Amino acid sequence: MFQQFSLNHVYFMLTGLGWTIGLAAIALIGGSIAGSVLTLMRVSANPVLSRIAQVYIFVVQGTPLLVTLFIAYFGSTYLGFTVAPLTAIAVAFSFYAAAFLGDIWRGAIQSVPVGQREGAHALGLSGADTMRHIIIPQAIRIATPPTVGFFVQLIKNTSLASVVGIVELTRTAQIVSNATFKPLEVYLTAALFYFLVCFPITLFSRRLEKRLSV
Amino acid sequence: MADIDDTVVEARKVCKFFGKFQALADVDLKVSKGETIVVCGPSGSGKSTLIRCINALEQHQSGDLVVCGIPLSGTRASIDAVRRRTGMVFQNFNLFPHMTVIENCMIAPMKVKGMSRDEARATAERFLKRVHIPEQADKYPIQLSGGQQQRVAIARALSMSPDVMLFDEPTSALDPEMVREVLDTMVELAQGGATMICVTHEMNFARQVADRVIFMDRGAIIEAGEPEAFFSAPRSERAREFLAQILH
Ligand SMILES: Nc1ncnc2c1ncn2[C@@H]1O[C@H](COP(=O)(O)OP(=O)(O)O)[C@@H](O)[C@H]1O
Ligand SMILES: [Mg+2]
Repeated sequence: MFQQFSLNHVYFMLTGLGWTIGLAAIALIGGSIAGSVLTLMRVSANPVLSRIAQVYIFVVQGTPLLVTLFIAYFGSTYLGFTVAPLTAIAVAFSFYAAAFLGDIWRGAIQSVPVGQREGAHALGLSGADTMRHIIIPQAIRIATPPTVGFFVQLIKNTSLASVVGIVELTRTAQIVSNATFKPLEVYLTAALFYFLVCFPITLFSRRLEKRLSV
Repeated sequence: MADIDDTVVEARKVCKFFGKFQALADVDLKVSKGETIVVCGPSGSGKSTLIRCINALEQHQSGDLVVCGIPLSGTRASIDAVRRRTGMVFQNFNLFPHMTVIENCMIAPMKVKGMSRDEARATAERFLKRVHIPEQADKYPIQLSGGQQQRVAIARALSMSPDVMLFDEPTSALDPEMVREVLDTMVELAQGGATMICVTHEMNFARQVADRVIFMDRGAIIEAGEPEAFFSAPRSERAREFLAQILH
């Protein structure tokens, strides 16, 4: 017999939401760190580093996240060591996010007008000081909307983690839906949960944009 | 004759190429302490390139260029040393939009000279007074008129106490009613004894304060002389044509 869609199911889905948030946090942090490295490589004066970063971005952006995830998960087994699903996910999501963030941030840095760099150099500021005090603060303003857009995308993409056995929000919704046969109610609830996570981020980004755009 | 120590900029047969295109051709120039030089010439004649080579924003390929006693040899050390002793004012101001006016004037003294925040603030305030906009200190550049922004840019450059100030068409991007206030500031600077190289077509400014006017065409210095002599009786045909054009 089918069960009623009850509060217990909602609690169960909340544990899934917990996993979703955790996965998103891993992806955002790992992706930001790796993305920063890629950005620095991409804008560095060293053509080899820049080229490596460019090829990396090209390849990873062109690969579906699901495929990246399978490669990280099954690839390691193939190579003879087993990884915990969470490790595979952390690696895959970070690599994936890095490719997009590296590109977004490079674009932002390069779209700061060249006169800003020249103005700083003419004052005698070093390359590092110019980057830190002149270019990056302006690049952050430019990069905020697309970065937040990508973060929201990434949070939603954590649903893919279910394929390696993680019971996150979408997976819990599936389970509950199968048990209750109330797919519409269940998936609307899941949608609401995703919205409750993503909306504050979008709101925060709007605030930040306003504060930064003097 | 000027003492050798009085030479701030000395160029000997300086050449600069962009790919195959020669932007500077055997430029010889000597600027002494306290002199005001006006550089003019048609668009594309290499005026910007010349002053950008002088503060090492561009690197020349041959000839000798000695600025503030430092031979520009293309090494990082010589480039950094020259940049911190030369001030540059750009056509488009190039103020830092995310910083207030006073922060624009404090960043270099703090980061390059290692001044404390208080020291840098005091210096910045002094130079903002000098360009007559101390009351704008806490505004952002975008809240200022073009003329005020350019005066901030002048104060920002002065805050490093440079040995020579370089101006690249500082009034060309301004609405006509704001040109005067910027030129007045430059006149005061010149009369206060600053060493200045100004790319400008403002002939009244040149008449008022220039020790020499230099006329460039196709990367070369064609003529150099006192402003009155140059404007009333240019020797070269090209300078005559150019002057006829800017006098429309
Ligand atoms: N970065 C550059 N790359 C290639 N050509 C350049 C560059 N900068 C200037 N030039 C060329 O050098 C010539 C002189 O330029 P510039 O010094 O800016 O002239 P001016 O300031 O007298 O108008 C122009 O023909 C210009 O196109
Ligand atoms: Mg020019």
